[in-house]
Amino acid sequence: MSTPQVPFVRRALGRPRITVPAVILVLELIASFGASWLAPYPPQQADFTAALSGPSAKHLLGTDRLGRDVLSRLMYGGADTFREIAIAVLITLVIAVPLGLVAGLRRGRIDAVLMRMADVVMSIPGIILLLIVLALFSQSMTAAMVVIGLLSVPGMMRVVRSASLTVGRETYVAAARVSGLGTWRVARRHVLPRITGLILVNAALACANTLLIAAGINAIGLGVKPPAPSWGGMMADAAQTLNQSLWLAIPTGGLVAVTAAALIVLGDGLRDTLAERWSGTSHATTTRRRTAVATTAAAAAAPQSDDAWLLAEPHPVVRLTKVTVTAETEHGEVELISDVSLAVGQGRTVGLVGESGCGKSMTGLALLGLLPNGARVSSGTVEIDGVDVGPYGPAQWRELRGGTIAFISQEPMVGLDPLFTIGQLLREAVRTHEKLSRKEATLRARELLEQVQLPDPDRVLKLRPSQISGGMAQRVSIAVALAGRPRILVADEPTTALDVTVQREIVQLLRTIQRDTGMALLMISHDWDVIAEACDTALVMYAGQVVEAGPTERVMTAPLHPYTRKLLAANPRLATVGEPIPTIPGTVPPPGQWPVGCHFADRCPDRVARCTEAPIALTQPDDQGVARCVLVGDELGEELLEVSS
Amino acid sequence: MWRTSGMRIVQAVPLLLFVSALTFFLQLFIPGDAARSIGGLTASPQAIAALRHRLHLDQPVWERYWAWLKDAVHGDLGRSISNNEAVAGTLNTRLGVTLSLVIATTLLALVVGVVLGMASVRGGRTTRLAADSASIAGMTIPAFWVGLLGIWVFNTRFDLLPANGYVFFGTSAGGWARSLVLPVAALAFALVTVIAKQTREQFADVLGRDFVRNLRANGVSERSILFKHSLRHVSVTVLTVAGNNLIGLLGSAVVIEELFGLPGLGSAAVTAASSGDIPVIQGVAVYFTLIVVGLNLLLDLAIGWLNPQAVAA
Repeated sequence: MSTPQVPFVRRALGRPRITVPAVILVLELIASFGASWLAPYPPQQADFTAALSGPSAKHLLGTDRLGRDVLSRLMYGGADTFREIAIAVLITLVIAVPLGLVAGLRRGRIDAVLMRMADVVMSIPGIILLLIVLALFSQSMTAAMVVIGLLSVPGMMRVVRSASLTVGRETYVAAARVSGLGTWRVARRHVLPRITGLILVNAALACANTLLIAAGINAIGLGVKPPAPSWGGMMADAAQTLNQSLWLAIPTGGLVAVTAAALIVLGDGLRDTLAERWSGTSHATTTRRRTAVATTAAAAAAPQSDDAWLLAEPHPVVRLTKVTVTAETEHGEVELISDVSLAVGQGRTVGLVGESGCGKSMTGLALLGLLPNGARVSSGTVEIDGVDVGPYGPAQWRELRGGTIAFISQEPMVGLDPLFTIGQLLREAVRTHEKLSRKEATLRARELLEQVQLPDPDRVLKLRPSQISGGMAQRVSIAVALAGRPRILVADEPTTALDVTVQREIVQLLRTIQRDTGMALLMISHDWDVIAEACDTALVMYAGQVVEAGPTERVMTAPLHPYTRKLLAANPRLATVGEPIPTIPGTVPPPGQWPVGCHFADRCPDRVARCTEAPIALTQPDDQGVARCVLVGDELGEELLEVSS
Repeated sequence: MWRTSGMRIVQAVPLLLFVSALTFFLQLFIPGDAARSIGGLTASPQAIAALRHRLHLDQPVWERYWAWLKDAVHGDLGRSISNNEAVAGTLNTRLGVTLSLVIATTLLALVVGVVLGMASVRGGRTTRLAADSASIAGMTIPAFWVGLLGIWVFNTRFDLLPANGYVFFGTSAGGWARSLVLPVAALAFALVTVIAKQTREQFADVLGRDFVRNLRANGVSERSILFKHSLRHVSVTVLTVAGNNLIGLLGSAVVIEELFGLPGLGSAAVTAASSGDIPVIQGVAVYFTLIVVGLNLLLDLAIGWLNPQAVAA
């Protein structure tokens, strides 16, 4: 405990968010408890000739109705105030912290009982207990503070409980418990140090709260025995003489507010400083930044890819040409997808396949103009119906979305607003695109539900998303997307969250709709079965790049890129029963940490020296597609590839 | 919805028993003589004896509680020590004042808080700083002081609003509204900042959810996303927060009633607390508990209407 203490104190002293409130509070404490030495006047000394005067050299903060010095009275009243706060908050802490630790670490029955008790205490109107206690105990503020302290126990206990629940689940704490350390030892050694910051913040809040309540009680004339000075009582004096002078109200109420604010800001500051002890060092950030810079520099030097094949589409509804999306992060500008080209023609289906984190969804969002905050298309063009949408503003995008280009997402259950009925959601979608009356909109909504082959549409219209199955919800999402009669649908993993039979039905449905309407489809999936069933063309993406593309059948039967082969082999449905499902060792490097050469090199079984030297371009070995691999279109290399497969 | 409401009503019974029992059994902890403590040091021995007899302090506390409870079930909350009036009767005439104050404050804080919170959702650094400062101000500035400054500006300086007293709605609706403006504003200040902060955080959360992206992706207007979809989600949370703040609000209402001379339950309780009129405070305890339960019930109904899922769950 003693080793981190020194840097912690030093770090804390360097922050105005800690030092400023700390200095204010220390000065107040010195002035209050040293009032008998420091105060310019005794608290009761009246000077009727100077009653209700403003600030002056003689009376720095002016005087009250009886000509008593306001500064001196605030100083004398401060000692009581701080003593009262200390009583209440200490009572709260002494009871709430152990109870919260026990509830959070032991859980089970004791937790249930304590939480139930907390609920009851929290539903008592506390003010009334305060008033009774003040009446019964001859206006004793100490008694009142005990009540405030007790009433604050449940709130503090809940905070400690939920924090220790979280900490208690962490591996090393769990290990300490398994190794036989008792709850108390674990709590003291492992949990308490971790939640000190949180307790401090809440103790500071409790202090501020107690201060306000105490001042309120005194302001309404309870718990004080005039002429003894109290901050609240002085606010009441100010209220009485408001007709004659506003001044008295300023230092009295102001002092309460400033003290409470200092407590809260100090608590926040201490928590943040303590929290840094448990978060990572600043070391990791610098290394990451270096990689990011390297990637950006490499991208600039990227060789020209041969993407003619990707763009060879006679009637494209959408076309991306060499699109790079970057995002502003704390480590600088980072590429999310790099040099992606694709075209989807009328009535055609293009599949984007790859592991998660390869940029498939980002490609879809770029097409919809819905990149997340901070991300933008930094180079390349996005064309919809032959028009470059790069300069489009929000209004123009809104015009396109739903009407020309529509979207369905992975999780149908969270993709629909749960607070509205299917009918309300569909009617809204319909009326976004067509001027229809409510009745006409309902008819059209019903029609859409029939189009997505949902039985009993009239009943479904009245249901909410939580009342239907995942498969039904995905059909509803499709119906919503179809409401504007789009020319292309972007389907982001539309079947992933569904079970196998439903998956097939949804893919079939999309095919039927395409046949009937000539709609184009961009299907994003990591599932080869979906790609095989739905797509004319397959694009394989890895770490932000298209690494291979071709007619679906060719890609799946005669893959060119080592990643495609590995990905096909990892299809769980092709696995032999009893044998482990083959996986690709390693993980996809995240944006900002892409290597300079081939992004897949680290995981590639066929890696050669050339792979890591420079960025790799897309090459087109024949009219059956393209691949981004140094070994493709290179006789020696292809032999190598053949041997390894 | 009906289940949650039913639960609230059922739970109100033990809560009422618990709170009223507390008010009786706290007397066990009084050091020395309760009658002397209530009557004050200046009371004569005869007066103390009379007081002891009138409060039935010569009987054991559980017998007194049992007797009080039997009467309370029939709507009789005993008689005031100061003026011998029936507590229930006195408090009934005061209930409307406190209800007007608390309900008007909650409604005002909801409207203003949500508007301010929404206005600050899209802001940058400056807005964030302002929002954080406002939230700290709400936690630290005493309601009494807000009221004080309000009186000075709107009554002392510019004679626009009354600073004292209450006009019953039946007497004059305009007068009633005018007499409530300053107290309600002072009381609402803290709650507004709490609700604005919640609104801001909730909006940021909801706007990041999948369904919002899907609505946008299919062309639904920003206005509908903000005001129809997101606002409904945010309202559910904000109403819950308002419910959690009711008890604290009643506490501040007592102070505000006293400052503005409103003849509500709070000022009755304050007078009773300074004169040791225990039966009146016990009565107010019952009324306050009922107010908290009742208003939470209303908020539950509103939440259930906005979010029918909560009913199914």
